[in-house]
Amino acid sequence: MAVTVLLFASWADAFGPRVELDLPAGSRVQDVLDSLAARAAGRTLPAPMVAVNQRYARPETPVAASDEVAIIPPVAGG
Amino acid sequence: MRSAIVDHVLDPTALLAEVASADSGASTLFVGTVRRVNDGREVLGIDYSAYTPMAESELAAVVAEAAERFGTAHVVVEHRLGTLALGEASIVIAVSHARRASAMGAQKYVIEQVKARVPIWKREHYADGTREWVDPTRATPAGTPVAGLP
Repeated sequence: MAVTVLLFASWADAFGPRVELDLPAGSRVQDVLDSLAARAAGRTLPAPMVAVNQRYARPETPVAASDEVAIIPPVAGG
Repeated sequence: MRSAIVDHVLDPTALLAEVASADSGASTLFVGTVRRVNDGREVLGIDYSAYTPMAESELAAVVAEAAERFGTAHVVVEHRLGTLALGEASIVIAVSHARRASAMGAQKYVIEQVKARVPIWKREHYADGTREWVDPTRATPAGTPVAGLP
């Protein structure tokens, strides 16, 4: 399945603001991170949180093709 | 209560007026501003960006939590995005409450939660011409390898 992932800040600099990942059905948030890590080519980036449909998710949260998945690098608002 | 992510200059006194109530005995106003020096480096300005729809919903949740925990509906927050110069306000939090301790508690709750979980980022511009994303989680090493969650 094709999953669209939104990226921000340092992760957007590294991968662009949006990437399409081809993942097996039944994939989870951790699989999204592993897929991105495989493309990272040795770059060092801060460990992110992940949001699914605009809510923080855990590594084991399932991901569907229709979900909005977002990589959230360490936030720095305020 | 109200919260907003905006792209215009903030008006702290307007927010203070918005929370005014004859039932309140204390009003607090927090204004976060761009400062000149961060980690020993001279800062010229900051770009703020956000995952806007989620930032709006998280900020609204933070305000609702503060209102519930501290017992006041008079909580208003605005966070600005875009390029800010030194001294400009990036966030304004206004709270009023019957009692000062609760007003101050609600205000502190909001700013701490914003810093912890609202998806907003800042990239500082330094006097030496470089720009860098601010990473509050970075202690000693310059980042960690791309793998897994924190």
